[in-house]
Amino acid sequence: MNETVVPTRGELFLGYAKAGLFGFGGVAAWARRIIVEERRWLTEREYAEVLGLGQVLPGPNVGNAAVMIGRRFHGLPGSLCATAGLYIGPLCILLLLAAFYDAYGQVPRIGALMQGIAAAAAGMVIGTAIKMGSRLKAPPEMVALGLLAAAAAFWWRVPLPLIVLGLGPVGIFCAWRRQRPEAAH
Amino acid sequence: MVWGLFVIFASISLIAVGGATSSLNEIHRQLVENRHWLDDRTFGQLFALAQAAPGPNVLAVSLFGYWIAGLPGLAASTAGMLLPAGTLAFFVGGLAQRLKGHPALKAINGGLVPLAVGLILAGGVTLAATAAAHGWGWIGMTALSAAFVWRTNFSPLWMLACGAVLGLIIG
Repeated sequence: MNETVVPTRGELFLGYAKAGLFGFGGVAAWARRIIVEERRWLTEREYAEVLGLGQVLPGPNVGNAAVMIGRRFHGLPGSLCATAGLYIGPLCILLLLAAFYDAYGQVPRIGALMQGIAAAAAGMVIGTAIKMGSRLKAPPEMVALGLLAAAAAFWWRVPLPLIVLGLGPVGIFCAWRRQRPEAAH
Repeated sequence: MVWGLFVIFASISLIAVGGATSSLNEIHRQLVENRHWLDDRTFGQLFALAQAAPGPNVLAVSLFGYWIAGLPGLAASTAGMLLPAGTLAFFVGGLAQRLKGHPALKAINGGLVPLAVGLILAGGVTLAATAAAHGWGWIGMTALSAAFVWRTNFSPLWMLACGAVLGLIIG
């Protein structure tokens, strides 16, 4: 990989602001493109490691990665710059949309339009889950675990803490058992 | 109410495995079913609005907060969702070099990802049920959109636009 560049705090802010504003339907792809390809703050491998850690941690993956990448270059101020950049632009757009929805949401035609978008957005979430699930190539017990979590959340309306604390350790145990035989070789 | 929003999202923040979308079902449970701060229809439409805007998916939370309690609500719910997880990420970030490739990390990730996928699916089905409550025909749009996102790599925005047009025609 080519050598990487150390961004200033302002560059952290601007780079992440771009990722936020360009990131329609999620920012993951844009964040990688800007950080790795365009500005070369991190190599592909380094970025994958940070993102992997961001995925293990709770909360938004790309947001977690922003905190860690900001910290890596400039400590706490770096984390704050990257995070602020990521959220501020989209928040402003969201407020404009909210004002529009507030003013016109009750107009029947706009309401119908929003209903159509809502139905499509629901499909987006379901499609994302299926896509992620099919890429995992998960062993049967993991598929069962995922479906059990889905049923618990949707069907039985079990609170999230119970699901995560109840099924999380089971999943980690299963994953750990699966990877042990490989480690033995 | 503002404090309530902060507490709800702060408690979700640290258990939102695999990202914000996986806690969508829980957010619906808290805001719509338990507190009645939003009705089904508004919940679904605000989420859709957030999807139509650029930026991280977690910002739907900011929009819910804004709708319920104005700008203080927006600040409370955004801070609630980001601060605990962000603080944890900050401290773990310091250990990143030592943690990388650690087998325990791999097991934690491998064990939690199926859970996250299941939870995202639940959130999507909750939204679909919300949309279907306004006419069963919308299930068709939801199914089309799900298939599109699953099978193609085109931007999902096409489906949101398609839903908007369909809404205009039918409405």
